[in-house]
Amino acid sequence: MQYSQKVMDHFMNPRNVGTLENPSGVGEVGNPTCGDIMHIEIVVKDDRIEDIKFRTFGCAAAIATSSMVTEIVKGKTLEEAEKITNRTVAEALDGLPPVKMHCSNLAADALHEAIKSYRQGGAPEASIEKGCCQSEPDSACQQGMEINLPK
Amino acid sequence: MKSIYMDHSATTPVDREVFEAMVPYYTDIYGNSSSVHSQGQKAYRALEESREKVAALLGAKPNEIIFTSGGTEADNQAIITYLAKNPKKGNHIITSAIEHHAVLHTCEFLAQQGFELTVLPVNSYGEVEPDTLRDAIRPNTALVSIMHANNEIGTIEPIKELAAIAHEAGAVFHTDAVQTVGKIPVNVTELGVDLLSASAHKLYGPKGVGCLYVSKGVRIGSFMHGGGHERNLRAGTVNVPGVVGFAQAAEMAMQRLSSREAPLAGLAKRLTDGIFAAIPNTRLTGHPEKRLPGSVSVCFDYVEGESILLMLDNHGIMASSGSACASGSLDPSHVLLAIGLPHEAAHGSLRLTMGKDNTEEDVDYILKVLPPIIKNLRVMSPLGQ
Repeated sequence: MQYSQKVMDHFMNPRNVGTLENPSGVGEVGNPTCGDIMHIEIVVKDDRIEDIKFRTFGCAAAIATSSMVTEIVKGKTLEEAEKITNRTVAEALDGLPPVKMHCSNLAADALHEAIKSYRQGGAPEASIEKGCCQSEPDSACQQGMEINLPK
Repeated sequence: MKSIYMDHSATTPVDREVFEAMVPYYTDIYGNSSSVHSQGQKAYRALEESREKVAALLGAKPNEIIFTSGGTEADNQAIITYLAKNPKKGNHIITSAIEHHAVLHTCEFLAQQGFELTVLPVNSYGEVEPDTLRDAIRPNTALVSIMHANNEIGTIEPIKELAAIAHEAGAVFHTDAVQTVGKIPVNVTELGVDLLSASAHKLYGPKGVGCLYVSKGVRIGSFMHGGGHERNLRAGTVNVPGVVGFAQAAEMAMQRLSSREAPLAGLAKRLTDGIFAAIPNTRLTGHPEKRLPGSVSVCFDYVEGESILLMLDNHGIMASSGSACASGSLDPSHVLLAIGLPHEAAHGSLRLTMGKDNTEEDVDYILKVLPPIIKNLRVMSPLGQ
């Protein structure tokens, strides 16, 4: 298994790590059993993502995708950010090893959860357990995360 | 940049003297050890001399050693062919939850073919408790296979006691000694085992060669078919250069084993103590004393193993982990789960296995580099805050 240079760059030098003082929205996906949790906080101003921070528990792919998604959407409108998919993130990183495609590629989902929580009134409580990799790759895990990437 | 290899349980470098002993058997003495002519005779002599050296390391007789392609083949052959050749001994197999997959998957394969399988649990140190075996054994138990020491957590199993329990019940005892041969004294008579698997590349020998010890009187069969090599028990042209390398490594291990053990244990203690002093929320995995010399295995809460490995590699330190990501699977290591670790803790596993060339300086360098890596990853982690 080999990571692209971009993945290694975002893993070794992750952008936008941390938390925000007064987030407008918070999203979290994954669970510790799977070995991947992504937590994203956003500050929204005039319908734009003015600031974004993440914290991630997981492998290099999980950290790199989190970092990349924050970089992609910072300054973008919510509508633009909602169009970002896990696949967009993986492509921006010059791809991910196949085994990492479903478990560790949830950063866009975390972002969408954060936007959803903002739209619902910015409840920082919004912590949703979504995505699981306990079972076989092709089972509920992958389907639940809607990232069946054609190859 | 520094380059510190601390993954000796995965494999070891071939010792220079081992390599030099092998070279002539590629270029000058290239005969097939089964051939009648003088090239063949020379290869045959080298093969038989090698058998004596490997047997000596194990305290066995030369005719009790069968050379194989490695530990995995030896495990497969021992378990599958013993059961195939001794149908009257019963159809029940016992193994443990922390075995290498070469044993565990082999037993699971046999269970699919209709054998009854009991997989023994281990205690939190990773030990198979003798009473657990005593309770599981049945009149129809044909074979018990328990590893000598675990590759991930380093725990050494009470083989002598376990083998005695198997024998009382009339079962044969196999042990996968891939992690112990050449690292600690392994004597088949003292252990009381009937079948034992070993691999050359764990003791500074070449990859692709190992052996199966078969105690005199224990009947096994051929696993590879197609020739009369290895007394009809392992068909296929013998890997003479590999076997010569294995023998050279065995001879050197025998001479140096006693002088290597204590310094390695010392390095492991220095590293373990240093890790615990510098990094909170760390758990030791495996037995605190009854473990392989030079083996350090820990779990760091709130971080993931593959991330640790890549960060360490960036500093020139090569280690391994039982996390799901590091193994390319979806679950963390079966060994870490078997000792009772929750999934999230098992994901933060790190294994550092030292060898003869590691130094105190290496240990101190790791102790300088590792704590900030864990700290940084924890800052990044949403857990435990």
